[in-house]
Amino acid sequence: MAEKIKIAQYWGAGCGGCDVALLDIDAKILDVHAIAEVVFWPIGFDGKLKDIEAMPDKSITVSFYNGAIRNSENEHVAKVLRQKSVIMIAFGSCACYGGTPGLANVTNKKEIFETVYKNTPSTDNPNFVTPQPHIKVKEGELELPEFYDSVKTLDEVVDVDYFMPGCPPTTDLIATAVDAVASYVTKGTPLPPKGAVIASDKTLCDECKRERVEKGRRIERIYQAYEIKPDPKKCLLDQGIICLGPATRAGCGAMCPNAGMPCRGCMGPTKAVTDQGSSMLSALSSLLNITDSESSLSEEQIMEMMMQVKDPLGTFYAFTLPKSPLKRTVTEKKRKKE
Amino acid sequence: MSSEAASQAEMHEDKAWEPKLLVFCCNWCSYAGADLAGVSRLQMPPNFRTIRVMCSARVDPEFVMRAFQKGADGVLVAGCHPADCHYIGGNYRTRRRIALLKILIQQFGFDPDRLRLEWVSAGEGEKFQKTIIEFTNKIKELGPSPMKTGGD
Repeated sequence: MAEKIKIAQYWGAGCGGCDVALLDIDAKILDVHAIAEVVFWPIGFDGKLKDIEAMPDKSITVSFYNGAIRNSENEHVAKVLRQKSVIMIAFGSCACYGGTPGLANVTNKKEIFETVYKNTPSTDNPNFVTPQPHIKVKEGELELPEFYDSVKTLDEVVDVDYFMPGCPPTTDLIATAVDAVASYVTKGTPLPPKGAVIASDKTLCDECKRERVEKGRRIERIYQAYEIKPDPKKCLLDQGIICLGPATRAGCGAMCPNAGMPCRGCMGPTKAVTDQGSSMLSALSSLLNITDSESSLSEEQIMEMMMQVKDPLGTFYAFTLPKSPLKRTVTEKKRKKE
Repeated sequence: MSSEAASQAEMHEDKAWEPKLLVFCCNWCSYAGADLAGVSRLQMPPNFRTIRVMCSARVDPEFVMRAFQKGADGVLVAGCHPADCHYIGGNYRTRRRIALLKILIQQFGFDPDRLRLEWVSAGEGEKFQKTIIEFTNKIKELGPSPMKTGGD
C-alpha cells in the first residue's frame, strides 16, 4: 500500500464543534483512515507544535483550520500549518467569516479585559491583574499569546485554498470534501479551483421546504421568534420572522428553517455578494408592506417602522462581522471647534 | 495604528482635511436636478463626487458600506419624491433601506448623519445646491470618517 497522506486539524478561536463534526461523518472516517494519517489534532490527541515546525515544508497534504484568529497563537499556528501544507482549508464559519467569536469586534481588548478580569460580579481582582504576553518570574520568563483588539478571519492572515462554511459544516459537506481529497490522492482527480467554497452556489431558500408566497410577497410587521407560533408549513419570513435565508448560501439542507427556527446565516454570503448583512438588510426592507398611503408617510414614521428590527448588526452579521466591509466598530472623534 | 501615529495623522488631517462625499443620484430626477444646478451656475462646495444610478433603489446597501470602508466621510442618496418614482415604488424601498442603514452604521460607530437621503426632482436645482451645502457643512462639523482616524 502506498504511503498514507498526512492531515492536520487545528482549532483557533472556536468552540470545538467543528472537531466533533469531523468525527460525525460516521463510517466515512474509515475512508479517511485508509488514506490518511493525522499528524496534528490538539483536541483529538497529544501532539506538539514543535514537531510540526520540524517537518519539511508542504509535507502535510491537507490542513483543516477551524476557529477564528483571536490571538497571536492562533495566527502563529495558522502560519506554520500554511507553510507545512499543500492545501489549507478554512473549516467552519469562524475560520471563513469570523463566526460568533467575530461579534467581539463590536468591542475591543481593553473593554473585554475590563469585563472579564474586573467587572463581572464573581470576579475579585482589586489590582486588576490581566494576562501579559511576557512575564519574568524567578524560574525564567513566561509567555502567553497576545490577545488582539479585533477578531480576524483565517484568510486575513494566511493564503486559504478552500472555504467550508457552516456552524459546523454538515456531514454531507465534509463527506464531499473528503471524497474530493481522496480521489485527488488515489486517482489524481483534479481538485476544485482555488478559493472555491465547498457548498452550494444557490441561496438557502432554494433548499428550504417551506412554502413561500411567489408573487407580491409582503409582510405587515416583524415578529421576534418568541412572539408568535409560526405556521409549520409557511415561509418564516412571510410570517414576519427574520430568517436570513435569502442572503445565505445553501448547502446545509436548510435544517434550521425546516425545524421551525429561522436561519441565522452561518453559511455566509451567497456567491453573488460579498456582504451578507447588506444583502439581508436590502431583502428585508423590500418586504415590508407598501400601502396607498405610502407617499404621505413621514421619514420619522419610516424610521419607526424600521426600528422593529432590533439590533440589525447582531442580526445581519451574526456570523460574518470580521468579513464585512467595515470589519469592526469604530469610534467617532468629535472635531475640535477652531 | 499606534496612538502616536494616529495623533500625527490627526494633526495632518486637521490642517488640510476637506471632506470627501459620495452622492448617488437617480437617473430620472436627482441627476437632472444636479445637472440643472450645474447649468444654472449655482455655487456649491466641490467636495462631492456623483454616481448616476438608474433608480435610488439601485443603491445596494453594500455600496454604502463599501463607500464608508473606502473612507468616504459622508454618503448622500438622492432620488425622486414619494409618488414620483419612475419605477413606481423604487424610492419607497430606498427609504426603508436608508432608515435601517442609519441604525446599522450607528451600531458600527458612525454618526448616522453621515448618511443622508434627500428627494430632489429634475426641477429642483436649488434644492440640490442647498442639500450639498448643508451636507458638506454637517460633515465638516463631524470631522473625518472614523475609518480614517484609526477607530478604536
